[in-house]
Parts: sequence; structure tokens; C-alpha cells
Amino acid sequence: MLDLTAIRNDFPILQRQVGGHPLVYIDNAATSQKPNQVIRAITRYYEDYNSNVHRGVHTLSMEATDEYEKAREKVSNFLNAPSSDTIIWVRNTTEAINLVSYTWAQSHLSPGQDIVLTEMEHHSNLVPWQHLAKMKNLNLKFIPVKDDGLLDIETAKTLIGPNTGLLGIIHMSNVLGTINPIKELAQFAHSFDVPVLVDAAQSIPHMRLDVQDLNCDFLAFSGHKMLGPTGIGVLYVKQLILDQMDPFLRGGEMVLDVGFTHATWNDIPMKFEAGTPNIAGAIALASAIDYLEDIGISNIHEHERSLTEYAVSELDRLEVVNSIGPRDFSVRGGIVSFDIPNLHPHDLGTYLDHIGIAIRTGHHCAMPLVRDKLGLVATARASFYLYNSLEEVEKFVTGVASAIRYFKA
Amino acid sequence: MPSPEFAFHELDDLYQEIILDHYRSPRNARNLENPSVIADGNNPFCGDETHIELIVGAGKTIQATGIVGRGCSISQASASLMSELVTGKTAEELSTIVQAFRDMMQGKEISAEHLDLLKDTQVLAGVRQFPVRVKCALLPWVTLLDGVSRVENDSPESSK
Repeated sequence: MLDLTAIRNDFPILQRQVGGHPLVYIDNAATSQKPNQVIRAITRYYEDYNSNVHRGVHTLSMEATDEYEKAREKVSNFLNAPSSDTIIWVRNTTEAINLVSYTWAQSHLSPGQDIVLTEMEHHSNLVPWQHLAKMKNLNLKFIPVKDDGLLDIETAKTLIGPNTGLLGIIHMSNVLGTINPIKELAQFAHSFDVPVLVDAAQSIPHMRLDVQDLNCDFLAFSGHKMLGPTGIGVLYVKQLILDQMDPFLRGGEMVLDVGFTHATWNDIPMKFEAGTPNIAGAIALASAIDYLEDIGISNIHEHERSLTEYAVSELDRLEVVNSIGPRDFSVRGGIVSFDIPNLHPHDLGTYLDHIGIAIRTGHHCAMPLVRDKLGLVATARASFYLYNSLEEVEKFVTGVASAIRYFKA
Repeated sequence: MPSPEFAFHELDDLYQEIILDHYRSPRNARNLENPSVIADGNNPFCGDETHIELIVGAGKTIQATGIVGRGCSISQASASLMSELVTGKTAEELSTIVQAFRDMMQGKEISAEHLDLLKDTQVLAGVRQFPVRVKCALLPWVTLLDGVSRVENDSPESSK
């Protein structure tokens, strides 16, 4: 059991009111709120030791470099990565995946090969591959999503084979909440020497990830969905692959020796980190990880699971609500998307906002899934995190019921 | 579980009964035979879609309007209300009307004369309290103008 009173006290934003009502923030799959500890890590950096990393001999620069590299170490341990050299700082998941597509994939995939993705990808793990497929004449293939919200693993195993150049999978769907069996699919893909890229943006804030156990080759995530600030994210790459990768952006920081007409690259991971990085962001992400570790990721996961089960069962009692996503809660995260036939999600969202409840409405950056697969214009989505309470879920369900009456849906 | 009815004036202003009525029973929701022009608009942020067909006659007068779409109550009611207003208007009159509607949505000063032109569509004025929804209300109007502008250029032809 989480100590919700103590946790909620750590998040200053949860004290605010919206429309005269206490804020009920259940749009965590879009971004999470930040605890004091994270906010303080940012201000402490700017107040106490703000300076550039990896280049000064003065005290401040050494302190900043030290904290910045300790943050990398922290992320590495959090993922159980074999070495912190495998942790590359980026801005967010989207940048991480673009980095892979513009470097490794650009030079390692050949015309005619397949990139296998799933039908539930976020645009971040779809659009970069559409571009590369066009540039290099590759085929995109999609593992289907079944009616129960789970991937069709049997079909997956017919799509992945000797002609596959890369398997890219979202770990947890930001629309359905489905947690995909990465380990099983990675094992299958590796039997054909197919590297596996995991979009962990939705999973890593809520569950323990071990990159060695999953045995993925690339793993990407953002800091801001896991209590960290925006503008900092991580790409993990298996060491053997990293050694063969060309740089992404070129310029300062990523070089060893530069002449007027040539340059040589810095060691990994700095080779992939051109320009002054988001130093405060990296340091604050480390304090977010500390916060999550203190509470315990598995406790957080359990808490969200009980909120999700409760929300789904309460929404089921409202006859006009069709909630989507797996009914097996052991393979589902804290995401509840739903459709109400005569009540558009934006009208619901506007209504709920008036009573202080923040949900997400729209296609959730997964247009092919929402529009083409589920046949919906948009959905409404509630997504939970460690600070959400059962009472908040009750308020949300009551609000939905009230909106249904208001709009006579 | 208690289920209180929440009362809020801004919300009631946004979702007036006439708006919800047009949302539930949209007027002129049909496809036309041999339309002079077809215009499609969508709002990717919301997933609102509108498909407008017009029959444009002599003097660039709109003789018939058909609008089908899907999306939120504001976008669909706006399309329905607009369809009743624009039939019988000339292209020139339309550009004044659309500008007046846009001004109303953006909360600009609007003359009594222009306000008159907007007739029932004035009920959408409450949308301006909700900046993220203004785009929903404007979608059919912008799409209509796009269609009409094409009539002016290469009438009478149906194109996307």
C-alpha cells in the first residue's frame, strides 16, 4: 500500500484548483506531474553549480560533470544495463528512435528488407520508419492487434523471419494499456538475428525494466512521463551495436580531434551527444528515479492496477460506455481508453475540465490504431499514476456519468 | 456512489440546447446530386471531419448545401447551423459572413449589421470562452470558403 497522503504532499501542483474544484490529474500517459524533489534538483543545479560539462577545469564544471555522469550511472542501474556507456542522453523517445533510424538503420538495413512493427505503435515509432522505408526501399509490416487488445503473436511469428531487418515494438500501448511480451518476441526475432527496438515511453514509469533480461537491442524512453522534466530522454543501445554506429548529430562535445577538413569522434556515449546537453534535465531525471525507487516500482504498478480495475468495472456499469483494452489486467498498465457513441471525447473532456478533471481526448498520437483499426474518430483516456487515489477515480466516473446525462448521450 | 448534477454557466453557454439539437439532428446532412463543388476539411487534433457539397448557380449563388461529417458537438452543430445560413447567399455575401463569424469566434468587435448576418449561428458565441474549441467551430466555415473560392476560379467543377 502506498502512503498517498505523503506522496501527494510531495507534488505541489496537486494542491491547485481548476474551475473551483480540486485538480484530478489523470492524464499521466501524456506527462506526469513532478515532485518537489525533482523540482529542487533543477533549482539546485542552477543555483549552486550551473556550468558546462566535460570541458572546464574549474570547480563548478567538475561538479556539474560529476552529477551529470552520476545521473547516467543511475539510469544505467535502473535499467540493469551492463555499462553506463550504453546510455545516450536524448530529448525524448521520438529523438531516440530517430537517432536509431538515421544512424544504425540507415547503414545496416538494405533495400527489400522488412521492418516489422505493431498496429499499436505511437507515431514516434512509426513515422521515422515510414521515412526510412521510403528512402531505402524497405517494407513495413505490422503485427495485428486482436479484438482483446493483445498482439497476435502467432501472426507475429510469420511476419518476423530471415528478411526482417528490425523489429520495433511499443512496450505498453498508450491507447490500450496493453503490455506486450517483449522478451518472447525478442527471443524469436534473435533466432533470425533480427535486432529489437523497444519504445518504453509508457512502460518505464510504471514497471521494472531490465534490458538484459528483455534482451532488447535498443530501448527508448522520455523522462517527463516518469516524474522527470521535459526535454530529457534516454536511448539504450547494446554495446556491440553501439560500437558500429555512426554519429547522429555532429558538432561540439562529440569530437576527439578536429582539423579544418576532418574530425574524429569522441568515445561512446559522448559520440552521440553533440552540443551542450540538457544537464539540469539529466540530473533531475536521476532524482525522479530515486523517488520512484524509494516508493518501489512494483508497489506503484500494483496501485495503478487496482485503480485501473476499479475504473474499468465502474465504467462498465455505465451502459453507453465502451471501454477498450485488455480485460486481463496482468498484461495491462494504468490506461483506460473509452468511447461513448453519442458523446464526442472533446465534449466530454471540456465537461470534465469544468469539474477539475484532466483527461486526454483525441487520437493519442496513434492515428492508425484509433482511426483505421478501432474505427473511432478519437477516444477519451484516463491514465493513472502513483499519486492518484480511489476517490479521484470515483470523481472521474461520477463525472463521466454526469456528462452522459448532460449531453443525453 | 453519489452522482451530483454539476451546474455551470459557461458550460451551459457553450452547450446551448439549440447547439446540442443541431449536433443530434444535423440539418442538410446529405450528399447532393451533381454538386458544383466538393470541399473536405479536417481537424487532426480533434479528429473532426467535414465534407461539404454545394450546388452553385448563376451569380455564384449557393443553391443547395449538403454537409456530412463526424466529430465533436461544436464542429457538427456549427456545420449544421452554417448550412441553414448559407443557402441562397452569393460568394461575395459569404466572404462577409464568414469573416463576421470568425470575428465573433475571436472575440473581436463586431458591428450590429454584421451580427445580424450571422442569424442563428450567433448561438456559437459561447465557444470563444474555450479557446481550444474555436478551431472546431471554424472548421466548416473555413472548408466552405475553400470550396467557394474554387468555384470562383474554375467553375463549375468538382474537385478536392
